[in-house]
Amino acid sequence: MAGKTLYEKIWDQHVVRDNGDGTALLYIDRQLVHEVTSPQAFEGLRLAGRKLWRVDANLATPDHNVPTTDRSKGIAGIEDPISRLQVETLDQNCAEFGVTEFKMDDIRQGIVHVIGPEQGATLPGMTVVCGDSHTSTHGAFGALAHGIGTSEVEHVMATQTLVQSKSKTMLISVNGEVNAGITAKDIVLAIIGETGTAGGTGYAIEFGGDAIKALSMEGRMTVCNMAIEAGARAGMVAVDQKTIDYVEGRPYAPKGEQWDLAVKAWADLHSDADAKFDEVINIDAASIKPQVTWGTSPEMVVGVDQKVPDPANEKDDVKREGMVTALNYMGLTANTPMNEISVDKVFIGSCTNSRIEDMRAAAEVAKGRQVASNIKLALVVPGSGLIKKQAEEEGLDKIFTDAGFEWREPGCSMCLAMNADRLEPQERCASTSNRNFEGRQGQGGRTHLVSPAMAAAAAIKGHFVDVNELIK
Amino acid sequence: MEKFTSLKAIVAPMDRPNVDTDAIIPKQFLKSIKRSGFGPNLFDEWRYLDHGEPGKDNSGRPLNEEFILNQKRYNGAQILIARENFGCGSSREHAPWALLDYGFQVIIAPSFADIFYSNSFKNGILLIKLDADVIEQLFNDVAANEGYELAVDLENQTITKADGSVIKFDVDEFRKHRLLNGLDDIGLTMQHVDDIKAYEQRRSAEAPWLF
Repeated sequence: MAGKTLYEKIWDQHVVRDNGDGTALLYIDRQLVHEVTSPQAFEGLRLAGRKLWRVDANLATPDHNVPTTDRSKGIAGIEDPISRLQVETLDQNCAEFGVTEFKMDDIRQGIVHVIGPEQGATLPGMTVVCGDSHTSTHGAFGALAHGIGTSEVEHVMATQTLVQSKSKTMLISVNGEVNAGITAKDIVLAIIGETGTAGGTGYAIEFGGDAIKALSMEGRMTVCNMAIEAGARAGMVAVDQKTIDYVEGRPYAPKGEQWDLAVKAWADLHSDADAKFDEVINIDAASIKPQVTWGTSPEMVVGVDQKVPDPANEKDDVKREGMVTALNYMGLTANTPMNEISVDKVFIGSCTNSRIEDMRAAAEVAKGRQVASNIKLALVVPGSGLIKKQAEEEGLDKIFTDAGFEWREPGCSMCLAMNADRLEPQERCASTSNRNFEGRQGQGGRTHLVSPAMAAAAAIKGHFVDVNELIK
Repeated sequence: MEKFTSLKAIVAPMDRPNVDTDAIIPKQFLKSIKRSGFGPNLFDEWRYLDHGEPGKDNSGRPLNEEFILNQKRYNGAQILIARENFGCGSSREHAPWALLDYGFQVIIAPSFADIFYSNSFKNGILLIKLDADVIEQLFNDVAANEGYELAVDLENQTITKADGSVIKFDVDEFRKHRLLNGLDDIGLTMQHVDDIKAYEQRRSAEAPWLF
């Protein structure tokens, strides 16, 4: 019998019952909750007179709507009354149902996908869900983690389970070593450029190969975060010593004897050598250049040394029309060198790239330099209050503010512009977030996805540039 | 959830690939704490010429006349045909809520994003996957015939065209069953409370750090 993939191992450990109709009832170990996709779920429970099955499996924080500016007035300081109501509603629901919440004034508050791992609330081998597609992030810990809709949020709250059908499995192996200046973000953008945004639909992706093993936990989270941008609900990386070292000692991580037991069990959280994947994709790490997206889908990506693609060279009708629409929206002309495209705003943050390593990478580029005069706003938004504190202890905030960046409070911010941070129509942004969809960062806004170092480099130069020109 | 059995309705075409949930319902409308009322803001940025905000009266807003759903011939459409990877991006269930609130009960495309697929069925929307060339023909048929209708029958898994020709489609048995009967997932799962408790007992002995 062939061995099992990591996905199959975690799946098998969580089957409560086989429903006999192609689905299984899968046990959920952790649910993360935020203010946008939970109010209707709590309301559903209330209307049906249901309670949470296991209150302690849930952890909540407001992140999408919170302001990144002055927080001294607390919730009352949220200017938009509808945003304020949503954050207040989360507070009320968590109080009513007894869910632990890191509120807006708690230093542990932050983006759900940053605080889960930071608190040790995400552990290897767990099933993790959240009403947010970027829940795939947590797969970096050898967990099975994916985004769900609000109906499923309510289902997990009420039953601690989900009705699931098994995904197919895909291994994406990034082989060899990456070149200088290439980060996890470049790796995952290059992967999506290869697979397309629907390439992973129906699959759980395991990322492997030397270049993935060489990444820090922060880097692995960045890669898994964007699995959903390749169409896969779940992305995952096998557990190794780095995983265990990262988790050890965190507030929600097991302690003492339980820790020893857990570490022993986690040793098996990798695909067996003879496991069969439904699909295997190999990528040569050395071929990856610093990536910049040019269109309105993450698959519309090229190396910074390349040009904006020409739709005339695309044979597929639907794709060609898609390219024309994208170029039109982005205000770009085919064959323009990417490094000649100037930007108006820079955003460094989001669940993809707001961890300490991201802050350090951007600061390294910004250090001793000045934001270019054509940049209207360069924002740095750490992923949690604790990351903000750590960055400040390392003096990174000072590097940013000296260079002309704004240093903000933690939250989702301009990744999706539900709070006050947004692009104005036709403004062009170098962004470390995950989606360059039309209107994502503000109606009419034009998003180019890049790594934190590349975003900082664009801020300094005023246009896209190979970060290696600044960090040689 | 409302049950879905069959529907004969006007078809509207959404002729672009990778229609994401940000386009289906832009982020500012996600601030609502309700499940209803999203229909007037479905495809808001494509549909109107000004910027939409929650609470704004949509009736007087300037319409983008070029946008497909603003064309008179598609008034009352309840079936949407679309291109590949429809519903990609964010997991927001507000997307199917908005489509349903507008009136769409069936969406036909070559492929759908996973989370959107699951969210739609949970709200009584039938998503049908067909081969790209069959979809291409539907786009042509819709373009050529004003008031073009299709008849969808879930029980028999058929789509009947105006000329009487029939297209068969596949759907997961469990999703079909739930849709035909309008079943609530939580209620169904609650029938297996003993299994959940037994699992927890076994698992907490095996992996106590998870409990």
